[in-house]
Amino acid sequence: MVIYGVYIVSKSGGLIFNYDHNVPKIETEKTFSFPLDVKLRYENKKITVEFGQRDGIKVGHVLYEVNGIPVTGRQLDDGRDAFEVIENENNYPLNLKFGRPKMTTNEKIFLASMFYPLFAIASQLSPEPKSSGIEVLEADTFKLHCFQTLTGVKMMVVAEPTQAGMDILLKRIYELYADYALKNPFYSLEMPIRCELFDINVKIVLEQIEKSGISNM
Amino acid sequence: MSRASARFDTKKVNSELVTLTYGALVAQMVKDLDSTEDVNKQLERIGYNMGIRIVEDYLAKTGTGRCLDLKDTADKIQSAFRMYLGVQPNVVNWSPGGDEFSFLLDSNPLTDLVELPEDLKNLKYCNIICGVIRGALEMVQLDVQCWIIQDILKGDANTEIRVKFIRKLEDAIPAGEE
Repeated sequence: MVIYGVYIVSKSGGLIFNYDHNVPKIETEKTFSFPLDVKLRYENKKITVEFGQRDGIKVGHVLYEVNGIPVTGRQLDDGRDAFEVIENENNYPLNLKFGRPKMTTNEKIFLASMFYPLFAIASQLSPEPKSSGIEVLEADTFKLHCFQTLTGVKMMVVAEPTQAGMDILLKRIYELYADYALKNPFYSLEMPIRCELFDINVKIVLEQIEKSGISNM
Repeated sequence: MSRASARFDTKKVNSELVTLTYGALVAQMVKDLDSTEDVNKQLERIGYNMGIRIVEDYLAKTGTGRCLDLKDTADKIQSAFRMYLGVQPNVVNWSPGGDEFSFLLDSNPLTDLVELPEDLKNLKYCNIICGVIRGALEMVQLDVQCWIIQDILKGDANTEIRVKFIRKLEDAIPAGEE
């Protein structure tokens, strides 16, 4: 019973709401001796593991900390360049913390607006006349369930592949949206939803499902 | 469904509270604006802004699908009247082309306890309802015109609201439904 997150995309394809519910944290800390046997590379503002998978450090993971000092971009927070520290033999043994790259808000907005044309393409690809867009998108680690309202707002839930009853949850989120977002006179349509009551209620519903299942929704 | 309807407590309020609140709003607008024509226009605009939000509430709570003809639309608005105003209007006076019809309200919570003074004879007191209908239908890609033909407040036997279908907003229909 795991739900990873909820997304709402407006009529025009912008992300207006996102809530990460249950993102598994994966972090590994390890002490290395010289020379470093993990191949690192700097790309799009992150230092990523390019090759040399070992002890839970996987290809694609990002360097978070060096000796407990957080890394931003390629710089340590004390101003030193991370690569210079790693390449200098005198600094060893060195404690490095790796983890999964976190999605930034910008990346989420980008992905949400990418889903929008995908949805439209799906309905046009259909061999049968009249088809809806994507309702379920399945991968090996998650299932994305999407529900489009008559007014064109899309509600999406990302959950475990085995999670049942997500259509009921989507309808429930739609009700909450109608109640707590649209009845708030200070919320203007098509804008990101910043209504605390809505956040709280979405959270309550998700926790309810995880505790006692979908049956008594 | 019965369990579902128990969950969102459709809070029943005394209709007089609605009557008085709406009355206060209209009275204030008559005071603030110079011409009754402006009041009519503003009431319609307020209604429109309510309509584009209330339609989501209606869809979420009833779970109805898209309507395929105007008869269907009329039935759904009729049930919305029952949900939000607690009155059941009759759908009458269909045009031969089937693109116009009227709602006949023999009672209307907005106009209970109200009498129009002589100098406000051209005030469309219930114009907010026209705005709500127009806004709500626009959100489900139907362009309609909506106006008041008869008004209890002006000595008619009942209130008649006319709805005319203009066109379907084809370019606004969400993907996957064309």
